[in-house]
Amino acid sequence: MIQAILVFNNHGKPRLVRFYQRFPEEIQQQIVRETFHLVLKRDDNICNFLEGGSLIGGSDYKLIYRHYATLYFVFCVDSSESELGILDLIQVFVETLDKCFENVCELDLIFHMDKVHYILQEVVMGGMVLETNMNEIVAQIEAQNRLEKSEDQVLG
Amino acid sequence: MALKMVKGSIDRMFDKNLQDLVRGIRNHKEDEAKYISQCIDEIKQELKQDNIAVKANAVCKLTYLQMLGYDISWAAFNIIEVMSASKFTFKRIGYLAASQSFHEGTDVIMLTTNQIRKDLSSPSQYDTGVALTGLSCFVTPDLARDLANDIMTLMSHTKPYIRKKAVLIMYKVFLKYPESLRPAFPRLKEKLEDPDPGVQSAAVNVICELARRNPKNYLSLAPLFFKLMTSSTNNWVLIKIIKLFGALTPLEPRLGKKLIEPLTNLIHSTSAMSLLYECVNTVIAVLISLSSGMPNHSASIQLCVQKLRILIEDSDQNLKYLGLLAMSKILKTHPKSVQSHKDLILQCLDDKDESIRLRALDLLYGMVSKKNLMEIVKKLMTHVDKAEGTTYRDELLTKIIDICSQSNYQYITNFEWYISILVELTRLEGTRHGHLIAAQMLDVAIRVKAIRKFAVSQMSALLDSAHLLASSTQRNGICEVLYAAAWICGEFSEHLQEPHHTLEAMLRPRVTTLPGHIQAVYVQNVVKLYASILQQKEQAGEAEGAQAVTQLMVDRLPQFVQSADLEVQERASCILQLVKHIQKLQAKDVPVAEEVSALFAGELNPVAPKAQKKVPVPEGLDLDAWINEPLSDSESEDERPRAVFHEEEQRRPKHRPSEADEEELARRREARKQEQANNPFYIKSSPSPQKRYQDTPGVEHIPVVQIDLSVPLKVPGLPMSDQYVKLEEERRHRQKLEKDKRRKKRKEKEKKGKRRHSSLPTESDEDIAPAQQVDIVTEEMPENALPSDEDDKDPNDPYRALDIDLDKPLADSEKLPIQKHRNTETSKSPEKDVPMVEKKSKKPKKKEKKHKEKERDKEKRKEKEKKAEDLDFWLSTTPPPAPAPAPVPSTGELSVNTVTTPKDECEDAKTEAQGEEDDAEGQDQDKKSPKPKKKKHRKEKEERTKGKKKSKKQPPGSEEAAGEPVQNGAPEEEQLPPESSYSLLAENSYVKMTCDIRGSLQEDSQVTVAIVLENRSSSILKGMELSVLDSLNARMARPQGSSVHDGVPVPFQLPPGVSNEAQYVFTIQSIVMAQKLKGTLSFIAKNDEGATHEKLDFRLHFSCSSYLITTPCYSDAFAKLLESGDLSMSSVKVDGIRMSFQNLLAKICFHHHFSVVERVDSCASMYSRSIQGHHVCLLVKKGENSVSVDGKCSDSTLLSNLLEEMKATLAKC
Repeated sequence: MIQAILVFNNHGKPRLVRFYQRFPEEIQQQIVRETFHLVLKRDDNICNFLEGGSLIGGSDYKLIYRHYATLYFVFCVDSSESELGILDLIQVFVETLDKCFENVCELDLIFHMDKVHYILQEVVMGGMVLETNMNEIVAQIEAQNRLEKSEDQVLG
Repeated sequence: MALKMVKGSIDRMFDKNLQDLVRGIRNHKEDEAKYISQCIDEIKQELKQDNIAVKANAVCKLTYLQMLGYDISWAAFNIIEVMSASKFTFKRIGYLAASQSFHEGTDVIMLTTNQIRKDLSSPSQYDTGVALTGLSCFVTPDLARDLANDIMTLMSHTKPYIRKKAVLIMYKVFLKYPESLRPAFPRLKEKLEDPDPGVQSAAVNVICELARRNPKNYLSLAPLFFKLMTSSTNNWVLIKIIKLFGALTPLEPRLGKKLIEPLTNLIHSTSAMSLLYECVNTVIAVLISLSSGMPNHSASIQLCVQKLRILIEDSDQNLKYLGLLAMSKILKTHPKSVQSHKDLILQCLDDKDESIRLRALDLLYGMVSKKNLMEIVKKLMTHVDKAEGTTYRDELLTKIIDICSQSNYQYITNFEWYISILVELTRLEGTRHGHLIAAQMLDVAIRVKAIRKFAVSQMSALLDSAHLLASSTQRNGICEVLYAAAWICGEFSEHLQEPHHTLEAMLRPRVTTLPGHIQAVYVQNVVKLYASILQQKEQAGEAEGAQAVTQLMVDRLPQFVQSADLEVQERASCILQLVKHIQKLQAKDVPVAEEVSALFAGELNPVAPKAQKKVPVPEGLDLDAWINEPLSDSESEDERPRAVFHEEEQRRPKHRPSEADEEELARRREARKQEQANNPFYIKSSPSPQKRYQDTPGVEHIPVVQIDLSVPLKVPGLPMSDQYVKLEEERRHRQKLEKDKRRKKRKEKEKKGKRRHSSLPTESDEDIAPAQQVDIVTEEMPENALPSDEDDKDPNDPYRALDIDLDKPLADSEKLPIQKHRNTETSKSPEKDVPMVEKKSKKPKKKEKKHKEKERDKEKRKEKEKKAEDLDFWLSTTPPPAPAPAPVPSTGELSVNTVTTPKDECEDAKTEAQGEEDDAEGQDQDKKSPKPKKKKHRKEKEERTKGKKKSKKQPPGSEEAAGEPVQNGAPEEEQLPPESSYSLLAENSYVKMTCDIRGSLQEDSQVTVAIVLENRSSSILKGMELSVLDSLNARMARPQGSSVHDGVPVPFQLPPGVSNEAQYVFTIQSIVMAQKLKGTLSFIAKNDEGATHEKLDFRLHFSCSSYLITTPCYSDAFAKLLESGDLSMSSVKVDGIRMSFQNLLAKICFHHHFSVVERVDSCASMYSRSIQGHHVCLLVKKGENSVSVDGKCSDSTLLSNLLEEMKATLAKC
């Protein structure tokens, strides 16, 4: 299971916070901050797995992250997930964002948090991996966007 | 209305949208909070408007603010409004907000039930999808219960997009509403073979999550997963399945054997590192599960270690990390193969990456030996000094302690060194593990007697410099070591060099700043110290000195009396009074030292932490029984106003064993010991780990070598453990020289031809003699402690509720609640009634023929299920890649040849009585087993069977029983030909019935009869009904409402050549005798020419063995059982046995459901339990050509019947 998916920038500003287990907002912010500090300390050329976030889970949980330019993508997962698999999944997620936003950059995430969520929803659902095939993910998102547009026209 | 709409959309144009909000926040960096609160006010206004678009926009903004840490639960109702919007655009916003902010505590969440149901059944797949996604995040037990059925319907939706989401969300539903698991499981299983890879992957995902928590319930799916593993190309699915197998193999070693080959192939062929890694991981799990059984997998281990080395050497830090992680798993069972890579691992200890260093640390645990412990710890200590950040340093600290203390300090040769290490560790600042160090100090000082003197001197130095440590106020901080120091100095005060000095150190005013529990220990141990000083002084005749000490106590103790901590206060008060009393006595010149030290006489021995729990409940003591009958309700009600305290007392006696019991107990214990000593039947076990506790080595006869104290002991502030390393090397060198000398001598001796010692001294590290003669006092355990190693599971574990047997047929009560809704639109979807069908079909009901379609549907499903059904069979077939064939027919075949035993032998007992009847019975008794004296007309038949048996049963390499003792569990069954517990019940040209009878532990006095029906004809068999004539003693469990004379329908039809299994439960009253029930199977055979009604009679034979359940038993518990004395005894002897003992035991285990408790040479003790809780113990001895079986059982009739059955089995060996 995936416990949480966090995206924040190099300064720790949250860009996407998705918990699959209930935490009060304050704790969520604490977790983001703690995770940020854990991740920030790490050079880019050391491993992408981290143990010992004290707030989520316990020993069964791991933080798996990737660092892209200005953004950190952090997945908090338990031992049922394959570490390398999740790394691949982060890559799939980021590539999907790239496709949907056409050369994604941090600004896209800042201004379209809702869309990022919708994309994520097609990849991970309720903490479980829903789809790993990028073409399938993009197809579903585009179909939903079309649906949204057609509704807009009715309104307009 | 229209105007309103226009107005609304104009309003909207002026409202801020999400982008404006974000921009605004970015532009107000200085007063962000203020700006946001302004925005929230605006949002509140927007939410009050009727226009849904405005509301949705507001909710969208709220979602953003939620991410920034603002609580938006106040808007829950508005979120629901937006969720119920008809437009997908808005709905999606609503669900997103809900998924981010709703939780079980949200009270309006129950309002969503109908809305969600409506969305789930919406014609637009994206409405449904968005509802499923949202629900997956905030599903509550209520929602799960109400919507389970709707979601289950969606699992068969036409769109794969919906199917995969529905499958995935089922996991959440199961978690919240465990009752749904069983009804939904068949369909979930079906989805494993869904044509859409996404759905398939989702199903695999869910089952893997389920199985991870309760793997044993999912073993039966192994064949299906195996098939998927060999056919799937989706790496994601493969990884999940392989991980799942990793969880299953510990439960079923045979599965592991089957897996090794395909996994090894994958390891060689795959290019995906993630897959490779998981394969290696699972192979490791397999090897671990096999490690007890067979050691010939060194090739696989080698392969794994090799691949892991490649990973660790890779420049990619991720692979390095994972390689180390997997290595640590191998380490547990195959330390040798990891140890050869020590260089690599030590190298990783210097890696710049903390995660990698931590993993390498884990591995170190298994790398140490007597030889290199000091060296490794030294290296770690330098790391401790260098480490930045407390987390890593603390980790290092715990690892050092772990490494040193592992397996009872096995690798420590010099405890002085270890104490110095511990003392050095106390100099760490800000560590959280003070208590760990303290615990080690205490443990070592108590259990290693030889070290006490040294420990005391070190501890007194610590106490002296307590001010250095006391500064840290953190909980569990380093000041915890003072707790240990004070106790050690007090308890072993006789070793103190300057007790007076230490006493003063412990009475310093600074001490009152320590945490309460430490002060309390100080106070208590001050008295111990005081007592020993007193004694010294009195012996030396220094009365004044003694009085001075007393005065010191009287002066200093009041500071503790004033303590805010109750414990400290109380102890100090008591002791102060005591000391004052002593002072008075001293004034009168009365010698007091004797009496004072008598307070602390005797030695405290370490007690195992589990000791209390392991005290067995003495027999005859029922903790739940009333000692005094409770007063009746009416009475107590009357009395209540008067007797307030009376009530409490009523409750208490329940838990208090009476005093008499204690004495009785002691008496019995004595008697038992006596009996144990005299009883030849009592098998003395070879020293098992449990036993060790009991024979604590006597302290006296172990020579305690004096420690050479030439080493300067106190060098405060300077690391001193290093010097030990050098000293130790010298010492070892000396030792070696001596040994070399000795060896030369011995060699000369050996030339004379006498073998002295089997093991010649070599330079192996095991040979290094410890510096001090160490007698590690083992922890005390109560007498007769039962071995019970099961870890107490956390009762609050949410996954426990999902520990559900999935193979049991569904019962009536297990239907998912189906909402009968007023709205007809909710039940639009055509699949709506399918789950109903499913449930019905699972139960034998009379109305079956009503819908042929349903029947067919069911048939298909059954067939599918069947593939996975007989796991045992699947596991026993040899060629691994073959997809599991329909197992049942072949099982039947096997049973003809091999397993007729339980049936036969009881025939034996009863033939006399039944005589001719048997013949009349005809066909079904066809394969009667041979008997020593036979009637002539049966001879041919016998010979036939005998011949068959011989050819089939002869064990392939019937080698003689190996000498090594086997414990607990059935001996390896590999050498035996595959056997099946199914025996033939009856057959004719249409159908063949085989059955297996199993006892069930859950239900007293119930047995399950599994009947396999095989259609041998070319017609379809349907309308099958089973009618059994109940006897007084045995009764069939029938569906409610049907009478004794009604037949029970078989819940399936059989097309030609197909077989299937039906299970029936029988209730047995008395199980001490074997019994038979007559029954008839009636059915309609239909083919092209027409249908005929047919019948087949059979006799169900319940042998006594079928009431037994294989139950493992430890030798201690077994011995205890035997000595309890209330078992009656009986024995049989069978001659002319040629089979090896090993196979013989296997036979008894298999046919009579016994397990081997212990085996020594050609003698074995075995145990089993009946469904009604009778214990059956056997002692099986093999002579030259005979086998004798002595049995003990709580019921003599049962025992004699069992032995008769066994005799019949053995007679055929």
